Amino acid sequence: MNKIFWPVLFALTLSACGTTGGTQATVEDRTGGSTTAATTATPAGGTESTGVSGAGVTGTALAGDASADPRKNPASPLSKRSVFFDFDSFVVKDEYRPMLEAHAGYLLSKRDARVILQGNADERGSREYNLALGQKRAEAVRKALAVLGVSDAQMEAISFGEEKPRNEADTEAAYAENRRTDVVYGDE
Amino acid sequence: MLRAVLLFPLLCLALLSASFSARAAMEIQVIGGAANKIAVAMVPFQAAPGQPVPALDEIAGNDLDRSGQFRRVDVSGTPPPRAPAQVNYSIWRSKGADALVIGQVTTLPGGRYEVRFYLLDVIKQAQLAGYSYTISASQWRATAHQIADIIYEKLTGTRGAFSSRIAYVQKQGKRYELRVADADGQNPRTVMRSGESVISPRFSPDGARIAYVSFEDKKPVVYVQSLQNGSRRKVAAFKGSNSAPAWAPDGRRLAVVLTRDDASQIYLINADGSGLTRLTRGGNLDTEPVFAPDGQTIYFTSDRGGSAQIYRVAASGGDPRRVTFSGSYNVSPAISPDGRYLAYISREEGRFSVVLHELASGQTRVLTDTARDESPSFAPNGQAVLYATVQGGRGILGTASLDGKTRARLSESGVDAREPAWGP
Repeated sequence: MNKIFWPVLFALTLSACGTTGGTQATVEDRTGGSTTAATTATPAGGTESTGVSGAGVTGTALAGDASADPRKNPASPLSKRSVFFDFDSFVVKDEYRPMLEAHAGYLLSKRDARVILQGNADERGSREYNLALGQKRAEAVRKALAVLGVSDAQMEAISFGEEKPRNEADTEAAYAENRRTDVVYGDE
Repeated sequence: MLRAVLLFPLLCLALLSASFSARAAMEIQVIGGAANKIAVAMVPFQAAPGQPVPALDEIAGNDLDRSGQFRRVDVSGTPPPRAPAQVNYSIWRSKGADALVIGQVTTLPGGRYEVRFYLLDVIKQAQLAGYSYTISASQWRATAHQIADIIYEKLTGTRGAFSSRIAYVQKQGKRYELRVADADGQNPRTVMRSGESVISPRFSPDGARIAYVSFEDKKPVVYVQSLQNGSRRKVAAFKGSNSAPAWAPDGRRLAVVLTRDDASQIYLINADGSGLTRLTRGGNLDTEPVFAPDGQTIYFTSDRGGSAQIYRVAASGGDPRRVTFSGSYNVSPAISPDGRYLAYISREEGRFSVVLHELASGQTRVLTDTARDESPSFAPNGQAVLYATVQGGRGILGTASLDGKTRARLSESGVDAREPAWGP
C-alpha cells in the first residue's frame, strides 16, 4: 500500500499544481487499493473522479499485461475513445453506436468504474462560448450512455472548450479533429 | 499520511502564487485618431544636473495619446520652464498649444523624490492644476499615470483611467501565466502560473481580488484569489464544468456558469462559495454572464433562439429578453460603467469584431478592423474598450476608443497574450 501510495501522491501533487510536462503517466493498479488512496488524496473541493493522468512523471505499470484490460485491446471497441461532431452539431452519429454500447456494457459490468466525458471545441470564437459548446458535446455522449443504462453516478461530463486542441493547426481538418468528446476512465 | 495530504495544497500555493518581475515591456501604437484633438505641449520634467529623471512626460504623454483625444505639440527648441512664473505663453501659443505641462524632480534624502507638476491653460494663461508628490523609486510609473489622469480630467471633464490595472493571460509554450499590469500594459506582475489553461479573469469591484477559471484540476473550476497575499479558494468546483465568473457590483456575489444540473446554466453564488442559487433554466446553452452596474440586470450569451445572441434577465430571475438581433453570432457581452453601452464580439462573414451597442437606441458601431477579436471590457471611466485579437499569428491586446477612431496596441514580443479584463 505504502509503495503504491507515494508515487501516486507525488503524481497528484504535480498534477494538482499544474506543472504538467505533457507526459502521459498512467498509474495502473488492479487491486483497487491505490485508486482509493489516490482519490482520498485529491485536494478538497475537487471532483472525486479527476484521476491521475497527465502528471509530469512517467508511471510504471504495476502488474499484469496491458492486453488483459479490454479497454487497452486495440481489437475491442472499448479502445475507441473519441466521438467526433459536425460543425455546429451536437448529434452523436450512428457510427459511434457500437463503441458507446461497448463502453456502456463495461460500465454496467463494473459498477465501481467511473468515466469522464471530455468535450472539446474548435478555436474560433469566444473561449467561454466554446467551453459551453464542448460541454454540449460531452452531454450528448453522456445522454447516449445514460440511454444505454449507465448510471449518472458513474459519469461526469466536462468541457475543455478550445483549451486543449488535439490539432493546433488553423485548418478545417484541424477544427474537425477538435470538435469531439473523449471517453476517459477515472483510473486512467 | 495526513501530514503529506495537508502539505501539498501549501506547495501548490507557493508554486502558483509567487510574484515574478517583468522581463519584456509592451509597446504602444496609435493607429488613428479623432478630428478635434486638444493640443498639449508636454515639456520634459527638469532636474538638477546628474539627477535621475525618468520619462514622466513620456509615460503620461503615451497615456494621453492612447485616448485619441489629444495631439502632442513639438516642444523641441524651446527653453524648458520649471515653474509657471517662467512660462512665456506667447511661445506656446505660437506653437499651437492649448495646454502646457511642465514639472520638476528633486532628489530627497533616503532614496525619495519630490515630483512637482503644473498644467497650464495657454489661451487663458492660467494654471489649471498643480501637484506635488513625494515618492519612492518604485512609484515613477504610478506618478506619471496619476499626472495623466489629472490632465485628462481637467481638459476633457471626464475622469481618467490611466491609474487602473488590467489582467490578462500570457501563454508561452505550455506555460500559462495570469498577469496584472498597469493600464498601459507595462509593469506586469504574474499572480498565478500553471501548466494548464487559465481563462476569464475578472477583477472584483474593489480590485482586491481576482476570479478566474483554471483547468489545473483537469476540468474548469472557478477560483477567487487575493491580489494582496496570493491566497485563493475554489468558489465553484461542482460536478461538471464551472466557468465564466462575473462579480456583482457589491463584490459579495458572483454569477457563474455550472453544468451540475443541466447544460451550461447561470447561477449566483457568494464569493466564499456558499449560497448557490440557479438563475437561468431551460436546458439551452447560457453563458458569459455580466452584471449591469446597478446590479439588477444580468446580460449573458445564449443559443436559446437558435443562434448565439445576447440576452438580459433580472438578477432576481424571470424571463430573459433578447438584446441583439442582427447576425448569427453575438457573444461576450461587456457593459459600460454608466450602463449606456454594451460591447460584444460579433461575427460577420467569418470576421470576429468588437461592436459597441447603445442600449437605448439599439445603434451599433464596429470599433475594430481585425478579424479575430475576443474578450472586450470597458475602462473604468467608460471611454475605451480593451480586447484581445490575433496579429502575425500571436495573441495581442488592444484598446479602442468608443468612436472607433483610435486604437492602440499593448503588445509584448514573442508571447501570446489573451483573455484581457480591465479592472479598477
